[in-house]
Amino acid sequence: MSTTALTQFSIPLLMGNSLNAWSEALVGFNLLGLPLGLVILAAIPLVFIALYSLTYGVYGERKISAFMQDRLGPMEVGKWGLLQTIADILKLIQKEDILPTSADRFLFVIGPGILFVGSFMAYAVLPFSPAFIGASLNVGLYYAIGIVAIEVVGILAAGWGSNNKWSLYGAVRSVAQIVSYEIPASLALLCGAMMAGTLDMQQINLLQSGSYGFAHFYLFHSPIAWLPFLIYFIASLAEVNRAPFDIPEAESELVAGYFTEYSGMKFAVIFLAEYGSMFMVSSIISVVFLGGWNSPLPNLGSFALNTWTNGPVWGAFWLIMKGFFFIFVQMWLRWTLPRLRVDQLMYLCWKVLTPFAFVSFVLTAIWEIYVP
Amino acid sequence: MQELDTVGQGSVRVTRKSDKLVIVEKDLATEQMVLAMGPQHPSTHGVLKLECLTDGEVITEAVPCLGYLHRCFEKCCENVDYPAIVPYTDRLDYLSAMNSEFAYAMAVEKLLDIEIPRRVEFIRVLVSELNRIASHLVAIGTYGIDLGAFTPFLFCFRDREIILGLLEWASGARMLYNYIWIGGLAYDVPADFLKRVREFVNYFRPKTVELNNLLTSNEIFLKRTHGIGIMPPEVAINYGWSGPMLRGSGVKWDLRRNDPYSIYPELDFKVAVPDGKNSVIGDCLSRHLVRAIEMEESLKIIEQCIDKMPSSEGFNSRSAIPKRIRPKAGEVYSRAENPRGELGFYIESDGKSTKPVRCKARSSCFVNLSAMKDLSKGQLIPDLVAIIGSIDIVLGEVDR
Amino acid sequence: MEEGKAVSQSVQQSAAAYSMIQEQFGSALSPLDANETMPFFEVVETARWVEIAHFMRDHAKLKFNYLACLTGVDYPAEEKVGIICNFESLALLGHKLAVKLKCQRHGGSLPSISCLWHTANWHEREVFDLFGITFAGHPEMRRILCPDDWEGSPLLKDYKVQQSYRGIKVPY
Repeated sequence: MSTTALTQFSIPLLMGNSLNAWSEALVGFNLLGLPLGLVILAAIPLVFIALYSLTYGVYGERKISAFMQDRLGPMEVGKWGLLQTIADILKLIQKEDILPTSADRFLFVIGPGILFVGSFMAYAVLPFSPAFIGASLNVGLYYAIGIVAIEVVGILAAGWGSNNKWSLYGAVRSVAQIVSYEIPASLALLCGAMMAGTLDMQQINLLQSGSYGFAHFYLFHSPIAWLPFLIYFIASLAEVNRAPFDIPEAESELVAGYFTEYSGMKFAVIFLAEYGSMFMVSSIISVVFLGGWNSPLPNLGSFALNTWTNGPVWGAFWLIMKGFFFIFVQMWLRWTLPRLRVDQLMYLCWKVLTPFAFVSFVLTAIWEIYVP
Repeated sequence: MQELDTVGQGSVRVTRKSDKLVIVEKDLATEQMVLAMGPQHPSTHGVLKLECLTDGEVITEAVPCLGYLHRCFEKCCENVDYPAIVPYTDRLDYLSAMNSEFAYAMAVEKLLDIEIPRRVEFIRVLVSELNRIASHLVAIGTYGIDLGAFTPFLFCFRDREIILGLLEWASGARMLYNYIWIGGLAYDVPADFLKRVREFVNYFRPKTVELNNLLTSNEIFLKRTHGIGIMPPEVAINYGWSGPMLRGSGVKWDLRRNDPYSIYPELDFKVAVPDGKNSVIGDCLSRHLVRAIEMEESLKIIEQCIDKMPSSEGFNSRSAIPKRIRPKAGEVYSRAENPRGELGFYIESDGKSTKPVRCKARSSCFVNLSAMKDLSKGQLIPDLVAIIGSIDIVLGEVDR
Repeated sequence: MEEGKAVSQSVQQSAAAYSMIQEQFGSALSPLDANETMPFFEVVETARWVEIAHFMRDHAKLKFNYLACLTGVDYPAEEKVGIICNFESLALLGHKLAVKLKCQRHGGSLPSISCLWHTANWHEREVFDLFGITFAGHPEMRRILCPDDWEGSPLLKDYKVQQSYRGIKVPY
């Protein structure tokens, strides 16, 4: 079913139109007996993270927050401040890499690394386009949920290794928060998995294809699908430490939380990891609930909008746009809402989100069993 | 289990079984941690240091350590002439310099027993109410930041910028004005100043509503401030609280009304006290609400000042300034309602010198902050931040 | 001038309040200095100060619940230092009164009223810091504005700043 459904709705482009055509071609690309294709395969998400966090993540957030706050944002470096991020990167590269004397050297150095690896490894199962996925695992969703949790180790290492009381507070808060919010987040995603009947990310996408565009998305699959969607969105904010749940790095309370002591490129890596996981959770939510790389446009009679706007390149466009939309919502919330307190955060997780996640889990199951 | 002995800090109980130590019980009595909050910390509003004794996130004791910004204001005053103290008073509470100048000028005028032209009084009230709004804008904006809301801060600063522009136009300086002199003003206000102030009032009214919608009616903001740091009114008075802090505790006390000075008796305004409907009386939210209401009341006062302002014809802002300021021997304690509370000046003159023998500034922030130890007991760290923010300290005035 | 009238009325109130304290404590107090700007009396028997303060705070017709200010003053001519407390019955009776106390200039001591008014705690620490008056019965008599190991009392008229503080040259 999979390949036929795809060929039906995608315009043949470049490398043919079978599922994962690009990534499989890359895997087969061995130059002089070296698996160069695999390296390129791994490098693509990395380059993507770097490019997107430079442009949309940093510059975009600055501009968006500036417009929300009735100001202009960066305007000095380049036209409309376009080169501001480049200047920032140059500054960060030149900065001294400070290693506090009392810090635990090993943990302090390895912390940002683990943090970044955690967020980057999840990209392996992210279906960027019908023709491209890093690793087409049949337990892709499960892997994505699990691997993101590795960040906790990095945060704890960074916070503990800094040997700073504020960092420690940040790290401990962060671990409590992320571990707690994994539960409603996973339950909400399980609802999506139940609707799909598979954990394979490509299959989940594929099952949401159809000529009516957005109507096939799982968000509109059942009358209660909006509940796990909402729960996952809220929980994902907490998982990536974004406002109003930015308690681990609450700048007015904990200075900067677990990365108080970091400077230079280590600081940049932490930021990169944060932007990486921001996009990761945004794309997971768009894969599971909003059709991933499927075009939301429906076929309207002779205007076959859906057919025209599907395909490997279009797929990448849609996924990234959907991800960016959720990142925009994250920014929007960040610049609007104050921060919750630790106990209120836990209250929200255990007494509000988790019960509702269970309710939505059961209701989705009932829907899947009894409604054809 | 033959014998029990205690190891470490009484946290782990162990027993000996055939020469091996076996852990019987861990009651995890943890050590308390000393946490130095400040002097470099984003939410202590300057160089305040709080030595917190924490048990996890709960603060068992927070002791404020002051003096990082101590600039010997009182010693300086004893070494300069009376008019030369005015710029120093600016630097006490640098967010409401006009009000500080006003309080100081009034104190010396009481000692000199001179009469001030009416237009001068109106301009003084006008500029200090403008400055009060600017100061409350900073207080509210930074309070938002303390609780993690960034946008209200920039909205506040955008509007404050207009006030600073107006005051700069009048005095020539943005923050530290040296505008209200003993017996008069440095200059009359520029032509069209009143028109521009009225424009500002009309512009700012809707903005206060916007600010309240954004911050004061935000659910998370309410959750963070409602019922936090409650100060009962009797204790507040006993602690010498004044200004929005005291009014937040439900005491209807405003020096502009209860110990009237200048032209305030002629003006119609409401003393803001929380009604207890939305907030617990005496909590952080009440104090925030008082400031929010006070801004609107200040707008009213400003409008009345513009309406009642005597004409500038034949007016010399320096006409009442004595040639040589040498008060007769005596002492005075005079005070004024500042945005942060009662700013009092105790001035003692020996009747011979042009310098005061003693000039003490009774700083409202200093007194308000002294309740910190009581307020912070048993609070969480985020609540401590909320409490400091609601006290709205300016370290320049605390340390003098 | 209206203001002058208002002030003299407040002086009358202060005088009335003073006479009640005078009735109770008699010779422990000096006569009232009923000036227009700040009516005050002096407590001669400083040992009875806490008792007097307690009476001032709790008596039903005095109710000085608010200590507005506590100032230290140096009187080099008399070889004395002193404090001035500005009391007020806030929101209750509305009268104001100032009280002066003096003690010897070096190593002087006065009773602390921080047990009666919490606000006196920090004010007394400040006076201790800047004038060197110790307050007996104060829970935490240490410096507040200057560093703990600073030398001298800066607001005394004959204060000479120390040459160096922890290896840093002080006068510039």
